[in-house]
Formats: sequence, structure tokens, C-alpha cells
Amino acid sequence: MRLFHVKHFEVIVIGGGHAGAEAAAASARMGVRTALISLRRDGIGVMSCNPAIGGLGKGHLVREIDAMDGIMALAADRAAIQYRLLNRRKGPAVQGPRAQADRKLYRAAVLDLLSAEENLTILEAEVIALKQQNGRVTGVTLANLVDLSADAVVLTVGTFLNGVIHVGDQRRPGGRVGDRPSLLLAEQLAGLGLARGRLKTGTPPRLDGSTINWEVLETQPGDEDPVVFSFMNKAPQVRQISCGITHTNEKTHAIVRQNLNRSAMYGGHIEGIGPRYCPSIEDKIVRFADKTSHQVFLEPEGLGDSTVYPNGISTSLPQEVQEAYVRSILGLENVRITQPGYAIEYDYFDPRGLDLSLQLKALRGLFLAGQINGTTGYEEAAAQGLLAGLNAAALAQAKDPVHFSRAESYIGVMVDDLTMRGVTEPYRMFTSRAEYRLTLRADNADQRLTPIGLALGCVRDERKAVFLRKRDGLAAAADVLQQRSFSPTELNRVGISLSQDGTRRTAQALMALPDVTAEQIAILVPEFAEFASEIQQQTATDALYAQYVERQKYEIAALKREESAEIPKGFVFSGLPGLSTELSAKLSHVRPANLAQAARIEGMTPAALTLILAHIRKARRGVAFQ
Amino acid sequence: MDTIFALASARGKAGVAVIRISGPLAHDAVAKLCALPPLRQAGLRRLVWQSEVLDEALVLLFAAGASFTGEASAELQLHGSTAVVARVLQALAATDGLRMAEAGEFTRRALENGRLDLTQVEGLADLIDAETEAQRKQALRVLSGALGRRVEAWRLDLVRAAALIEATIDFADEDLPLDVSPEVRALIDGLLVQLLRELDGARAAERIRDGFEVAIVGVPNAGKSTLLNALAGREAAITSDVAGTTRDVIEVRMDIAGLSVTLLDTAGLRDSVDVVERIGVERALERARQADLRIFLQADPDEVLMLLPVVDDLVVLGKADVRDGAVLLVSGTVSGKTGAGIDWLIAEIATRLSGRVASAGLLIRERQRIAMQVAVTGLESARDRMGRAQSLPELVAADLRASMRALEVMVGRIDVENLLDEIFSSFCIGK
Repeated sequence: MRLFHVKHFEVIVIGGGHAGAEAAAASARMGVRTALISLRRDGIGVMSCNPAIGGLGKGHLVREIDAMDGIMALAADRAAIQYRLLNRRKGPAVQGPRAQADRKLYRAAVLDLLSAEENLTILEAEVIALKQQNGRVTGVTLANLVDLSADAVVLTVGTFLNGVIHVGDQRRPGGRVGDRPSLLLAEQLAGLGLARGRLKTGTPPRLDGSTINWEVLETQPGDEDPVVFSFMNKAPQVRQISCGITHTNEKTHAIVRQNLNRSAMYGGHIEGIGPRYCPSIEDKIVRFADKTSHQVFLEPEGLGDSTVYPNGISTSLPQEVQEAYVRSILGLENVRITQPGYAIEYDYFDPRGLDLSLQLKALRGLFLAGQINGTTGYEEAAAQGLLAGLNAAALAQAKDPVHFSRAESYIGVMVDDLTMRGVTEPYRMFTSRAEYRLTLRADNADQRLTPIGLALGCVRDERKAVFLRKRDGLAAAADVLQQRSFSPTELNRVGISLSQDGTRRTAQALMALPDVTAEQIAILVPEFAEFASEIQQQTATDALYAQYVERQKYEIAALKREESAEIPKGFVFSGLPGLSTELSAKLSHVRPANLAQAARIEGMTPAALTLILAHIRKARRGVAFQ
Repeated sequence: MDTIFALASARGKAGVAVIRISGPLAHDAVAKLCALPPLRQAGLRRLVWQSEVLDEALVLLFAAGASFTGEASAELQLHGSTAVVARVLQALAATDGLRMAEAGEFTRRALENGRLDLTQVEGLADLIDAETEAQRKQALRVLSGALGRRVEAWRLDLVRAAALIEATIDFADEDLPLDVSPEVRALIDGLLVQLLRELDGARAAERIRDGFEVAIVGVPNAGKSTLLNALAGREAAITSDVAGTTRDVIEVRMDIAGLSVTLLDTAGLRDSVDVVERIGVERALERARQADLRIFLQADPDEVLMLLPVVDDLVVLGKADVRDGAVLLVSGTVSGKTGAGIDWLIAEIATRLSGRVASAGLLIRERQRIAMQVAVTGLESARDRMGRAQSLPELVAADLRASMRALEVMVGRIDVENLLDEIFSSFCIGK
């Protein structure tokens, strides 16, 4: 590619990690000329932490990205070497698809999917500056001093901002191991005066799998009936493998304890805040001193790669200590470390500086997505990338911004949390963050979001066809169940005993009863059993939660209504007659994007919300309303 | 949009009390109590709930688009008795899809539906001032003293129970060592006991404000009306020697030991073929059951009534003037006619009611009572669900969340960060 031929793109995405890849793909799907600029082509789609995609909350995000025709689920299915649906024994709302992924296959899949995008150009270059005019981003300058102009820029530079890598008491600047930090760009961003904070995260040492004594270890196989990520796929695409499980012991803990002062974290070299849900082995041993053993999952990094990722023992101890404690663990007595574990500190920008489309409030045309916003995880990054990419394209096309509701998606929950609350530790998705998680399920992500994607124009025909088929199937199944009704006597014959009150119950109502089995329904309504198992399953799931969902219906409607009452960016809260000084100060500080966010501020009263609503309307109409 | 209701007129004694209902189910809710009058035409209706007559009320219906809020709405104009208002509010609260309005919510809806002009909106400022002041006082009451400590304990228990459940859901892949359900169950049971006790107390506290009801019950011609008149010191009930003179419930308000007490004179309890009398008897039974205290006035020491006395109730032998000597098994003898035993009876009533005042909970407002009721329902559902073979923790969590939301006004907002704090401080998460 000769750069001087390419002067203008509608959208430029900087960074080819999970956020960048998804942003570029989304923008391109919207029919917008898009450039993805990455330092190195082979850095695109790299999994820099553990070789797995999905999980609880995270798997939900992957499905939502897929529902919008994104790439993460497709790439993960091409690379998945072990599928496990988490929480199989709990209800479907809290089941999360997860898979171990082959790093090389994943990277290849992402690159392949991006290369197939018609409107997307991949550039191997370093961006050293953003170009701005009149408070708006107008393009980028590359290291070779070539300028590219753009209507919108998406910045997804991960941990590259002031990244510092720690191994024991040694430290050096860097993002991922082997990558250089973008200091020039960082300086320019610092000049924007955005609030920022410092976070840290860690990785375990990587092991040479051929030096592990697998014989003595228990293994964890994948599911027998794998649940894949994409709504477009049905079955695994590559060979499936098992993971190993081992445990730390008293000896391991003693080694770590004796060397605590040599750990970057405990030696006082690190100021950033790490995630509580992903503690280093040092943390585990200090904070949970009474536990004598911790579980370690040995996750193969790929089919043709003997590297193993020991999940559960991330560290910033010096290399020789890492070697000592790892070798104290069963099965790892003679293990060879191929790359020592390290901790990394980096800057993030306070996401409260973003609006609900992930555009910076302080600099229009610039969107931020991924770890730079204080999140962790490939899935969280990709979901933000999707949102930022859609919105960058919308801005370029002069269309309305694309917003996701808390009541409708995990993406909406995450963006709302980030922009309203900010972060205090790397933000990870959990199902408990979604108050309406009974509705926001992995199995119905397509029902929730694909219609939105179709309206936006980012969903292609192939997926549209699959979606419509499923939608029609669900509707037909619901029809069948509604039309057939049974008397208590008829039900008694198939073993469903209900009070003989003479009331006929529809098959749909029966499905909601706890003791009625799928087999009984199949006897009563043989037509239902003929539907695809996917359709039967989702229908049953809907019935299982119907009563609770019905109860939450009004709450959800109220939330959506409040979300749609947007508070203008420059709205002045102070001086509103009747608003207490305290509330007005809180509102001015939080700057809620809409009434729903305002409602969640501590101490907020319905009357105060009414007042704000009244004044928003007044401001919008500029005159007294009817 | 849910349907909301609230007492629109000032609380306390008044000639007329107005309850306003607004939202899609407004008319349906009224239809559960009486036949609907035509839109915008006042209809005199008898409000009946669970076969109990609540009141004779003036009922007004407004269609969506032609009401104060812009929604379908209704107004019930009731007799201003606090007992009547409380019963109607209770009936509405028990109706699916209805909930008590927040302060300012009717105005909010009016605004959302474009039914307010700018001047009226400016007037909201006053509303907020008043509301803020009321809330400040309420918050002070809750947070100071014994209730504050109790509420804090509830909060901790709720956070703990929810966090345990959430931990098993969101960290399924971690080696969480224990089965959390025994602890969750213990927390839920403990919370239920405390909330139910507080609700009992809440009833007494409500009575301190709205007054206690004391019902006089007995067979026909036991002298109940005469006793009522003697207690009240005036001719409130019509008396005669003909059994069954009182067919409706007669209320007389009086002050006993500084407490506001409503004495209820009820129809004599007996099986009757007379339809009108039978209705009177049913109503008497219903009201007597709901009263805070019952005085069983017996004509004959051995008689068995259609209603049985419960702890604290007074059983007295009447018409002491035509009887000679004291009789066993009853608390005392009285005569409405001569006034014998009346002072004693008043003292007994005072002792019993004062005892309840002393044990009264600190929760006074109806809104808090309803919130606690919702919380109890959620906790009970969570407990039942945990007892099932397939307990589905996400539904237990949903029940607990409903309880936490209901108690938010008292315990403060509990959100996911509180739960995560608890989870991360209790369990070593991070496989």
C-alpha cells in the first residue's frame, strides 16, 4: 500500500487489539471508508493475556457483538479448542459460553475477517499525533510525517499509555512485552487535560508444556455438547483438547511469602490499582493467609503450540523466584518457563469524560474504546470497539448517535456504568451488574439486538436470513403453545396434577410451571416437539422466567423512558429553583447523560427529577410548553 | 407504565378523604371494588373488597388524555375516617400492578404527558422544598437511635445474603469452598423474623397516630350499645330492649389515657334468617376481628360466641344491675345502665393499649409499612425457592433484589459494588 494515495478516510481506528479490530469492522460494515492503523500487522487480534474468550457476563458480551454481526464470536469459533458453558447447572440467564482459544488461529481469524471487509484498509504504521481543528479531531499524523484526514477517529491503544512493565524490581517502559509504548501520542493526549488514573494488571509465567508431567494431573475436558459462540455456527471447527488442573501448596506459599519484598507489587514499585477478581499469587497468599492451596488451570495456548498458560498464578516476582515457586507445584517439578510473568502499570482516561457513544466530551470526533477506558478483558474491549466503531461511522455519515440501553444489553450496562460511575479498578463484566439479567441472556442476544443492527445497516444478509428464520420459528412455537389448552383432567393423564378447578390452561402457561417437563409438553403438544431444539429451548427459557420478567416489565419501561430523556451536555444544574445545594452539587459533578443516570445519584428524589425533566423540556423547546 | 395511587387529601380526621389512582390499570383497579360509573360522572358506590364493605364512596373516572396526569385515572372520595382510608389503601396495594405513588409522582406524570404549564412547573420548587424537609425529618428519625442500628443490621444481612448468591453465580469457575445455602437461609430467616416483628410494631405505631379500634362484641341484647353509651358518656347508639337493634357498626371516638380510641358497637352475634341482620352480623365479625382489642360482653357466663377472644381481649359479664354477685372465668362485671364497673373497664382498656404503645415499632409511615411488606414477600419467595430441588440462584437473587429495592428508602441503596466488595473480601476469587 502506497500511503500518499490515501489521504482521507471517513473513520480511522488506531490500534488493532480487540477493541480496534471490532471498531474497524463495525465502521466498515456501516458502509464507511475505514482505516485500521496498527504498529504491526501481526499485532492485530493478539490475545495478550489468557488464551480464552467468553465466560460469565463476558460470554454475553460476545453474543451481543455477534448479534450486531461483529467479528469476535466468529473468530473465537474458528480458534476454539475447548468449549465449556459455565453455570450449566444454573438457569439459562446466567449461563455463559466460554472457550479456550488457540492464539495463532484466533489472530489469523481476526486478520482474515478484517481483510474480507470491503470498506476497510489495514495500515501498518505508527500514529504520532492527532490533528485537530476547532475543537474537533480531523485526522492523524503518522511517524513518517504523512497526514491522513478523517471525520472521526477511534483510539484503542490499550495499556500503551505510559505503560511500565515490572518483573521483580526491574522495570522498563512498554505495553505488552515486546511492544514499544506510544509516548508521543501519550504526551498529546495528556495535553487535552483529561482526568486519568493508573491501573495495573499481571500475567503468570508461560510454561513449556512438554516439560509438564501431565500423567499426575487431573484434566478438565470440554463439554460433551459444545455451545459455540456465533449464532451463525453450530459446531466446533477444530480439534478439541482438555486442560490440566493442579494446585499450589504450603511449599509454594512459603516461597512466595519469603520473597514478598522482592515482588514489584509488595516492594512498593507499583502504585496502580489491580483487579480484585484477578489477584496475583502474592495477593492471594497475603490476603487469604488461611488458604493452604489455590487452584491452577493449565491452559494450552494452541493446537500446534506447546506453551501453557497457568491460570491463577500471575505474579511480579523476580524470574528466579517464579521458577522456584512454579516448580514446587505438582506436575510442574521440572517445568521450563518460556516467558516470565510480569505486572504492567498503565494510564487510563476517566471514562466519565465520555458520552454514551464513547466520544470524548472534550474533543469531538475522537472516540475511545478498550483498556484505555479503564476496562479489562478482550470481550469488554471488543464490545466498546463495536459501539465506538458504529458511532464513529454514524458521525461520519451525520447520523444520530447509536446508544444501547441498560435494559436491553450488557453493552448498555457497561457503557452506562463507565460513563456514569467511572472505575476504581479495572472494570470487568459480571452478570450481577445487569439488573435485568433474566431478560439479557446469551441465548436471546440476537432477538434483542439484531433488529437494532438491521435498522442501523450493520447486519448483512446472511445473518439477517438466519435471524429471521429463528424469529419466525419462535413466533410459530409461541402460537402453537398458546392455541392448545387443556383441562385438569387431561393434564392428569400425562402426570401433571393440578387442582380440579375446571380451568383450562394453555400449553404456554403450563411450561411456566416448575414441575412440568419437556417430555410432558411433547406428549400434549406433539407439534411443539417438531421445532428445532434451539427454538424449543428458548421458548422453555422464556417460560421459566416469564413470571419474573413480567414483574420487571414496568421497571424496564420506566428505565427506558428515563434513558430517553437526555440531559443536554451544557445543562446548568446550579440555580434551578427548588433543587437543594447538595443535589445540585452532585449533579454538576456527575453530569448524568440522561434522567436514568440522574435517578441513580444517591439522595435523588422523584420531585427533583421532575424538576430537571421540566427544565430540560423548557430548554429544548425554548418556550413554555403546552 | 405502572399504576400508582395515593391519598391526595391531607392525612388525619377530615370530612372527606380523596384517593387518587393513575395509570393504565386505574379503571380496572376500581372495577375490582365496585361497578364503574360513566367517565367524568360522579357515581355513589359501595366499595367492596374481599367481600368486606370498605365504604360508601363517590367514584370518579377520567379517561387517558383527559385527566390531571394525562393517564387513565380515578378518584375515590371516601368518608374521612383514617381506618377507612387505610383499608382502601391496603386493598389497592394488594392489587396486582398497583403501587403507592412516590411524592411528586402525579405531578411528574402530568409533566411527562404535557399536562402542566410553565407556571405550574415553577410551582414544583415548593413541592420539592416541602418534600425535602419531610424526608430530612424522616431520615433523621430512621437513622437516630435504635431503629438506625436495626436498619444497619438489616442492610448488612441483605448485602451478605445477596453477595453469597451472586458469588456462586458470577464466580462459578472458582473453587469457592463451601455450600453457601445454609448461611443464606439463616440470613433470610433472621431478616424475616425481624421485619415481621417490626411490621407488627408498625401497626401499633400507626395506631398511636391514627387511633386504636376497640370493638364491643356479644350476643344480641347483651347490652353492648348501652355499654358504649356509658363508656362514651353520651347517647351514641340507639338502645332498646329489642334484640338486634344495632345492625350497622357504630363508631364513637374518645380519649382513653391520652390515646385516641374508636369504640365500635357491633350487631349482636347470632345466626339469623333475617337477610339484613345477617349482613350486619358478618360485618360485625369482620370489624371485630380487625379491631385492636375486643370487649366480649357476655349475657351468660357459659355462652359460646361465634368469635373467640384472643390474648389481651377483655371478657366481661354485662347487665351487672340485674345479676347478683361476681361470676368466675370473666375479667369483671359491668353495667352500662348503672355505670357499675365502667371505670374499671376503662382502666383495663388503658392498660392494654398503653402496653402496645410501649412495644410499638418505630416505623410509622404507611409507605414504609408497604415497603417492608414487599421486602417480606421477596424474602419469603427466596426462602421457598431455596427449598426446591432446582433452586435457580438467579431467581433467588431476583427475589433478594426486589427486597433490597423495597427497603432502599430505609437501608439506603444497595448496588452491585456493595455486593462485589463483600464477595471479594470473603472469597479468594481469581482462579
